[in-house]
Amino acid sequence: MGNLGFFETLSFGPGGWGPMLLSGALMTVALSLSGFLLAAVIGGVFSWAKISGNRPVRYFADAYTTVVRGIPDLLIIYLLYFGGSQILTSLGKLFGEGQFISFPGFLAGMLAVGIAAGAQQTEVFRGAFYAIAPGELEAAKAFGMSPWVRIHRIIIPLLLRHALPGMGNVWQLVLKAAALVSVTGLAELMNKAQTGAGSTGKPFDFYCAAALLYLVISAFSGWSLRRAEVHYSRGVKR
Amino acid sequence: MDFPFLWDTLLQLLPGIPLTLQLTFYSIVMGFCLALLLAFARLSPYRWLSEPARCYVFCFRGTPLLVQLFLIYYGLGQFESVRHSFLWPILREPYGCALLSLSLCTAAYGSEILRGGLLAVPHGAIEAARACGMSRLLMVRRIIFPIAIRQALPAYGNELISMVQSTSLCSIITLMDITGIAAQIISDTYRALEVFLVTGLIYLLINLVISRLVMLVEYRLTPHLRAPVTRTVKKPVGEVH
Repeated sequence: MGNLGFFETLSFGPGGWGPMLLSGALMTVALSLSGFLLAAVIGGVFSWAKISGNRPVRYFADAYTTVVRGIPDLLIIYLLYFGGSQILTSLGKLFGEGQFISFPGFLAGMLAVGIAAGAQQTEVFRGAFYAIAPGELEAAKAFGMSPWVRIHRIIIPLLLRHALPGMGNVWQLVLKAAALVSVTGLAELMNKAQTGAGSTGKPFDFYCAAALLYLVISAFSGWSLRRAEVHYSRGVKR
Repeated sequence: MDFPFLWDTLLQLLPGIPLTLQLTFYSIVMGFCLALLLAFARLSPYRWLSEPARCYVFCFRGTPLLVQLFLIYYGLGQFESVRHSFLWPILREPYGCALLSLSLCTAAYGSEILRGGLLAVPHGAIEAARACGMSRLLMVRRIIFPIAIRQALPAYGNELISMVQSTSLCSIITLMDITGIAAQIISDTYRALEVFLVTGLIYLLINLVISRLVMLVEYRLTPHLRAPVTRTVKKPVGEVH
């Protein structure tokens, strides 16, 4: 196993790869968070489209969720990364720049992860909306609340209570999809682990460390999610 | 739209379909067996059985499949003892590693689904089986298992469909499945959108067929939920009369 042990290779001391892996993990978290936020926005818009849109809007939302949920995330990443570069390059040609322009990896990754997870998020929000008792919305209307007040005082708190477990699943999906973004060369956790494995000849140590970091991230996010669930379930008897 | 190019892409992608289907099928079969063992282990009253199973599920569900795949494909070769063991001919090949990691991963997800199904078996049914004097094995085979499978089938259907998509990761370790060929065409021609359209269509068709098959199995497994006369319009049965 070479001359250095597992912990020396991955330490923070001289010659250790610890800082590099940690920066990769931070990049993974940043990518996942921005992808998750985008997914939440997409999910909000499309679930609204599915619930109260007119027919063409509904068809479009249905097509989006069916197609995206049936296609591998990896393919969506390839589409946005290479497709984005294709568009950028042809735009560059218009302005007299003959060279190939590559699409920023972070942006492509965020868009891909957001679009892929947005389809799941749409279904989560839609299911949660139907779990809101109609009487509560009627009561809010009877109080004379405007639609906007209804949304942020009644619908969002109630919706989140029902949607949080599903959003936890979506977050896990996002973390896993974010690992795939390493194929575009973005310097996130998997990519750094690959670099380390390549230059030390110790793939097992590096991928183990990456797996442990992913476990830490998902365990921590699971814990925060449970706290959020408790917060949004105040006043509900279990 | 450049139809000759789309047609050409489709023809190039077709040879990748058998590999994708093969990987899906074998990993699901192996993963299901392992999932069943894991689910029973997790529900067992003995902690030395339930704790390792819980830990397995936590590890495999908490890490991306890509890490597991790389750990098996690139990682295991680091050890001399693995390279000289009888398993090396399997672990040396990307196909063997892909199959192994896909099965291990789907087993973790599947075991949670099956555990839910097993927990949903009504206690009265088990008591009735005991009262009839059934042995444990007979009870599992005739009562617990059929009810649990029926409960778990819709969720397991979703898992099958996500497995089809998971096989696309094998293209990263050089296997030429549908996604592998698609990625190659994209990097040769830089026409991402067109290739994506054709590839996506193939995946959607595969998923459509699988979800139809699951629905068919579900239909066959739930004769008691069907109206006795087949000509009547389907309506929800089992509500309060």
